[in-house]
Amino acid sequence: MVDTVVQVSGALEDAGAPVLLAARRISKHFPGVVALDDVGLELRRGEVHVLFGENGAGKSTLISVIAGVHRPTSGSIEFRGQPIELNSVHQARQLGISAVFQEFSLVPQLTVEENLFLGAEPVAGGVLDKRTMRAKAREILDRLGFEIRPNARVAYLSRAEQQMVEIAKAFRGELSVLILDEPTASLTERESQLLFSLIEKIKALGAGIIYITHRLNEIRRIGDRITVLRDGRHIATLRVSEASETRLVELMTGRVIAQIFPKINFRPGERLLDVSNLTTVAGNVRQVSLNVRPGEIVGIAGLIGSGKSELARACFGAEPVASGEVVFAGERVTGATPRAMLNRGFFYIPSDRRAEGLVMMRGARENIALPSLSIRPFSQGWLLDRRGERERTTELARRLQLVPLNLERAVEQFSGGNQQKIRVAKALSREVRLFVFDEPTVGVDVGTRVAIYEFIRDLCEAGAAILLVSSELPEILNLSNRVYVMYRGSLRAELAGANITEDKVLSHFFEREAA
Amino acid sequence: MAATTERPQQKEQLGRSAWLWAQHLFVRLGVLPFLLFIAVVAFALMSDRFLGLQNLTNVARQSTYLAMVAMGQMLALLTGGFDLSVGTTVALTSVIGAMAMTAMIGAYPDAVVLSIAVGMLAGVAAGISIGIVNGIGVALFNVSPFMMTLGMASVGFGISLYLTGGVPVYGMPPEFGKALGFGHWLGIPVPIYVTVALALIMYVVLNWTRMGRYFYAIGGNLKASILSGINTRFYLFMAYVLCAALTAISGIMLTARLETGEANIGATMPLESIAACVIGGVSLRGGTGRLMNVVLGAIFINLVQNGMNLARIESYLQIVVIGILLIIAVVADQLRQRVMAKLRD
Repeated sequence: MVDTVVQVSGALEDAGAPVLLAARRISKHFPGVVALDDVGLELRRGEVHVLFGENGAGKSTLISVIAGVHRPTSGSIEFRGQPIELNSVHQARQLGISAVFQEFSLVPQLTVEENLFLGAEPVAGGVLDKRTMRAKAREILDRLGFEIRPNARVAYLSRAEQQMVEIAKAFRGELSVLILDEPTASLTERESQLLFSLIEKIKALGAGIIYITHRLNEIRRIGDRITVLRDGRHIATLRVSEASETRLVELMTGRVIAQIFPKINFRPGERLLDVSNLTTVAGNVRQVSLNVRPGEIVGIAGLIGSGKSELARACFGAEPVASGEVVFAGERVTGATPRAMLNRGFFYIPSDRRAEGLVMMRGARENIALPSLSIRPFSQGWLLDRRGERERTTELARRLQLVPLNLERAVEQFSGGNQQKIRVAKALSREVRLFVFDEPTVGVDVGTRVAIYEFIRDLCEAGAAILLVSSELPEILNLSNRVYVMYRGSLRAELAGANITEDKVLSHFFEREAA
Repeated sequence: MAATTERPQQKEQLGRSAWLWAQHLFVRLGVLPFLLFIAVVAFALMSDRFLGLQNLTNVARQSTYLAMVAMGQMLALLTGGFDLSVGTTVALTSVIGAMAMTAMIGAYPDAVVLSIAVGMLAGVAAGISIGIVNGIGVALFNVSPFMMTLGMASVGFGISLYLTGGVPVYGMPPEFGKALGFGHWLGIPVPIYVTVALALIMYVVLNWTRMGRYFYAIGGNLKASILSGINTRFYLFMAYVLCAALTAISGIMLTARLETGEANIGATMPLESIAACVIGGVSLRGGTGRLMNVVLGAIFINLVQNGMNLARIESYLQIVVIGILLIIAVVADQLRQRVMAKLRD
């Protein structure tokens, strides 16, 4: 209720700047998930409007709808006072609504200018007008102050430069709305500063910017207003000046946490996993040391791209290790294969079930049994024991309350929450001493979320060691016995017991202004 | 929503549920049963000999060569690749098998059985070696299956031509052809026994062993397979080796039937084996496909060729028809994906 008042008063005070784009009562349903539920957003001229919320809160879905990637299930979008219907990204771009997603839409093999004009190449007499293209490309790059050669191949550019090209693409026509999805996630400090000054320029040109970020100092630096989303719903819209950090975090995570997270009794034993000075070949994990004991849940917190997931994968053998040591159950296993780690009782449950977790077109039974086909009751000698397999997988599916309880159904036909259950069942198909849960509740509704948390508690209390990799702060705060905080590839802090508080984790989590 | 679904007339509902049922059937079975039905009816109307026992036995025997290759091709397709070198594998097997057999019988004119055995082994070994190279390239060096097997197709074909000078290899013991090419047992041609035996082995491998399950998993999701502890490189390698082994056996059987070793046999095998698999519902994206349907796919292709022969359709036009059937099968597969997605909503 209070939130609505804030929104209204904000709107009245700033009535001077005209509304550029308004998304009204947007809902978006995906099979099994309500990603957006009746969400509204107003963007004014010359405004940086920050979208804030946890992962899975619906930020990405909302910008996809505004950028024409997805069509909303219900609701409408008004642009300069006119209702519009967006059917494609191309159409949105023609109206001057451009999005720069974390995943760039550039063709690496083409040059900067070719990418800039992809799909809208200037033509003279049926052939490409390369001279005009070069001139226009140079003009755009100069106007934005980007020092990139128009004829450079995109593949050879740095991530920041590629992002510049992506932004420059938005200036091909007249730009009205620019959407930036965590643009600084993979930029260095200096590159970020460049981006901020660019944003100032764009504001001055009268365009509106929708900006997604997790970083509180960025909000203060460039934001004008903030809209907080949570679980697909609009929570509040407020001005940056009236948004304190505590208030924002409260709005972002403000569910009744006591009901969602179970109470866990930790009885830590001897060290099971011992990692020292681990550095990956890709360099996304640097000099990290940590340990995990049976009977406790150890959380790894950090932003997306902080290397927390890569750290867990490196321990599992799914990411090449450059230096350092991994010791599991007293045995040196640095650089072992996932198969060797599985046989020792180390199970990694990946974050992206579609890309890495499940074989989507195969049945639930085959997926659950996949990591365990070489052991009983799944096989005997050379042959699979299909009866043993059926009985064991059915038992697991029952225990996890898979709906529908049809194990021959292709995984892709289950809802998101039930796919998650199948993934968990996979981990239970064999004896495991250490479970790594990598973002276990991304894109999962609250009900399944509770079931997964209780399940993790049961495992832990039964004596398993658990490493919980998560970008969701409440999850880390409420489930962990100890917490490691990662920041850009290295370990920032280790917190335990009463020290695991929102403030303390956050102080390492976000980049704060030096007070 | 509840209010709108209660109203429609019964007739309309019945029609819609029949349409829905047909869609479900299409999604479950794929396009093959429909094509098979159409082909049988059409050719039965065109020629009264088509459905005779003699002709059907003939079709079954002719289908065996393609069926064996298609089963091999299926393995490559399941893992998300394909094998364009199956034609060359057949040719190389035939040429080297025949040359070894001829040389052996020339040196030891009395050792007929031994010569045949040595020839067959040499041929199969030559065929499998192509699979080994394919497997190494695809699994170890991550060469795309397309380039790897296309390259090997050229290499193998070149070797076959070089060894024979383009001339068929004669001089194998006639018992070879008599037994494996033209032999009958209980009135059923020998190649059919061989194919049935291989199909049974393949059935067990695909459905009752880890390897078979892993082929599906790797094609379905390579990353998930690696994270599930599967040695994906080894099984990818094995897919190409087994594919070559099955193809090589087909090459031996074909050599027995022709009674010569030839570099030019098997030229149509890559296309026809992929067609048999795709018509049989094996996904080109990997991860799905049933053995039985692949064998049926091979039979279907031979059935169509046989039917066209009986209907006196010119052989050049037959090639056109096979190509069209393949494209229809792929289009139908796309359509099936779309219907499947629609039914899921």
